[in-house]
Amino acid sequence: MPEYKWPEANDRDLIGKKISRLDGPAKVTGTAKYTYDINRPGMLFTRTLYCPHAHARIVSLDTTEASRMPGVKAVRVIQGVGTEIKWALDEIVAIAATSEEAAEDAIRAVKVEYEVLPHFVNAEAGEKAPDAKPAQEAVTGDPDGAKAAAAVIAKGYYGIPTISHCCMEAHGHVCEWTDDQHLNAWCSTQSVSGVPSQFAEGIEVSAANVRAFCDYMGGGFGSKFSIDRWGVECARLAREAKAPVKWMLEREPELTIAGDRPSAYAEIEVGASQDGTITYWASKSWGSGGLSGSGSPPLPYVIQPPNRRHQHISVPTHVASARAWRAPNHPQACFLTMCALDDLAAALNMDPLDFFMKNCDLTPRAAVYREELQKGAELIEWKRKWHPRGQSGPGSVKRGLGLSLHTWGGLGHNSNCEVSIHPDGSVEARLGSQDLGTGTRTVIGIVLAETLGLPLDAVKVSIGDSSFPASGASGGSTTVGGVSASTRRAALNALEQLFAKVAPDLGVTPDQLEAEQGTIRVKGDPSKSMPWKQAASRIGVTPITVRGANPGPGKLTDQGVGGIQMAEVAVDVETGVVRIEKMVAVQDCGLIIDRKTAESQVYGGLIMGISYALTEEKIIDPITGRMLNANMEFYKLPGIGDIGELVVHMMTGPEHDKRGVIGLGEPPVISPGAAISNAVANAIGVRVPYLPLTPDRVLAALEKGGMS
Amino acid sequence: MAKDKKAGSPGFSRRDFFRGSAVGTLSTGLLSSTVVEGAQATGQLQILGPGPVPVTLQVNGKSHRLQLEPRVTLLDVLRNHLDLTGTKEVCDRGTCGACTVLLDGKPVYACSVLAVDAQGKKIETIESLGTPEKLHPIQAAFVENDALQCGFCTPGFVMASKALLDRNPNPSREEIEKGLGGNLCRCGTYAGIRAALLSVKGGANA
Repeated sequence: MPEYKWPEANDRDLIGKKISRLDGPAKVTGTAKYTYDINRPGMLFTRTLYCPHAHARIVSLDTTEASRMPGVKAVRVIQGVGTEIKWALDEIVAIAATSEEAAEDAIRAVKVEYEVLPHFVNAEAGEKAPDAKPAQEAVTGDPDGAKAAAAVIAKGYYGIPTISHCCMEAHGHVCEWTDDQHLNAWCSTQSVSGVPSQFAEGIEVSAANVRAFCDYMGGGFGSKFSIDRWGVECARLAREAKAPVKWMLEREPELTIAGDRPSAYAEIEVGASQDGTITYWASKSWGSGGLSGSGSPPLPYVIQPPNRRHQHISVPTHVASARAWRAPNHPQACFLTMCALDDLAAALNMDPLDFFMKNCDLTPRAAVYREELQKGAELIEWKRKWHPRGQSGPGSVKRGLGLSLHTWGGLGHNSNCEVSIHPDGSVEARLGSQDLGTGTRTVIGIVLAETLGLPLDAVKVSIGDSSFPASGASGGSTTVGGVSASTRRAALNALEQLFAKVAPDLGVTPDQLEAEQGTIRVKGDPSKSMPWKQAASRIGVTPITVRGANPGPGKLTDQGVGGIQMAEVAVDVETGVVRIEKMVAVQDCGLIIDRKTAESQVYGGLIMGISYALTEEKIIDPITGRMLNANMEFYKLPGIGDIGELVVHMMTGPEHDKRGVIGLGEPPVISPGAAISNAVANAIGVRVPYLPLTPDRVLAALEKGGMS
Repeated sequence: MAKDKKAGSPGFSRRDFFRGSAVGTLSTGLLSSTVVEGAQATGQLQILGPGPVPVTLQVNGKSHRLQLEPRVTLLDVLRNHLDLTGTKEVCDRGTCGACTVLLDGKPVYACSVLAVDAQGKKIETIESLGTPEKLHPIQAAFVENDALQCGFCTPGFVMASKALLDRNPNPSREEIEKGLGGNLCRCGTYAGIRAALLSVKGGANA
């Protein structure tokens, strides 16, 4: 059996280097085909009638006229008369027609009447909400005693709203029945291998007869694990119409019902001894992820004072239910915790850098955080630039610094990889995985090429097809660890078989061979070698095809990372506008496979974080229960000019490498909200209690604090 | 529009875009009947539709004759009729720039141009630049600087970059941020895009 481990640093030709993504050329030329781009012969287009009310009952529904409209091929009543609708833009009727325009005309011809019922959408109401569900209070240590003994207490109220995923490629599918029993489905999904059984649950088809494809997908961020009701209905429309059907969500439903990160609000009280050691934490939080309410954010976050209490109240609302959003619950918990602790540092008159350094002992990874804080402070010149809260000098533009800490797991998921070495020397890895844009395809290629001693362009990576060996869903930063481990094991297994074929020719035993520099050669005696192609020709007529799995033998992946981020902002106290001047991210993630795409994950996390810190919010109208900004003019994402200078520092070296591969998608998006909010508080002297830090909120906080 | 040609000016403005889409043809209900009647009286306005009408488009140097309802957008023609799916549909209302194409060299949001209005103009889409085997220098710079993740906004950014560098081959960082201000990315690739354009400047037409 091969020894399943990662190559040592001096034996790596590709792993850890900055390598351009394999599918870059296809994406920059527009030749990459996403689900949205699939055009099948005779394909129909879908439009949907959505319920305009947040809570209603369907009183009457008539699709007669709609079904007679030109071009209409199939009509599906998804929810009929008598159904109680519990959120705005829930799907009522779907129509497949020969063009988008014809489908749209037909939807307008559907006649529907609703009995409008009372709705509730104000998640901030907390325990005053009609269906509020308080959980049991969790208590550790002696919070009451700690409060009484604390030298300094800080108390605050903080809130982070519901935001949407806003994937650039909307949710959706193209469904095509090849006969009565066999379905081909192109899906914008984070879980290619999970698609067939989801269709089998929803319609009469055997999962074995469903084949799902996803070569490219335009972003998911946690919102695309399910095929959703529109997936099931797309397959039904295709069956009824006997034609392929494309159903991609329009932007309004995409933002309203296909993306939702739960809100979180909290009253927090924290205390410390005179030297700045945190001794006391008490929090009551609440929030909503729509009809399902919300789970408790992990409070307090990262830093665990010895005496603490926490209670969470889940608030169900008439809003489509939450979906996992990059690092579920962590950005909320991080924002609430790090802002409250930063306010405690201000009350202590301490520099937050010294304060957080001091309290690293209350984290599970004290040494890592201290090293990262040190590095971050150097990169942002913290000691030179920092000033006590509010002491930013004269002028209307105030500068400030803030920081935050975060953590995540990132252990590799279950994954199967099949590697073939063909007699002509060509090599292929097949996995039922998907590349969300994180670089999964490239990581698989790097591991395969590195293991076989081949250049990257000599290997083929095939993913995005449910007929390939099953690999886990891409969520929770689990993909890179899973696919790199399964690919490494499969490639080592394939190599073992190849060595057995070649060893007699080189006059050694298989265990004396290694694959390096495009050759199979004798360890310690490179003069005894055989070029890769020649070695492969010894295989015979049938390719070597073997599998590797994760989990499996040897430690190739691990979990548990720490990261810190620091922000420098400039706030105009006359207009309330917050500008990002600079952000620094320091992050560990074990062994890095591709330094280039790994750094891109961190840049991306920073920018997505700047976005929810400054501009993003699902604004739900309490009167109508509708999302008021379900479009990209008013659901605002930052542009290229809004991000300031970004610095990414990856923690690397033998102590990180030896842990194996750890996922990186979630961690860097957790801290920006807190780091930026803390920087704004440092700049203007008062806490703006809410994200996003819009000008009106900044001005309101200044006014309340008597600063304007 | 000579004023737009000066170095560093943004490739295109929302104002230009509305002006562009309102000229020439109106299908149904876009303007009040008084305006339409007035324009008809002066013989300046041709009423088309609502049924399909013949449309000829010059896309990437090739002429396409189609029968289209006048309400069909340039974006939908490219994607649904010509299978040129490199131009992406995201917001579908002139905000995100994923559908950026060049009309007579000027970047426009294809979702907000009617196909009938694009007649007689030179339409360039992402498919007119390089191929995966032979990338245009801007595309090569995007790959090298990892200026893409999911890649769905990327063709729009590449086309907007092409328009910017055609006008201003050596833009500063500020000019890049202004020139690409009409395009949005969700994965957070702006740092890479900025680096890509700074690396390619001056060499875009090489």
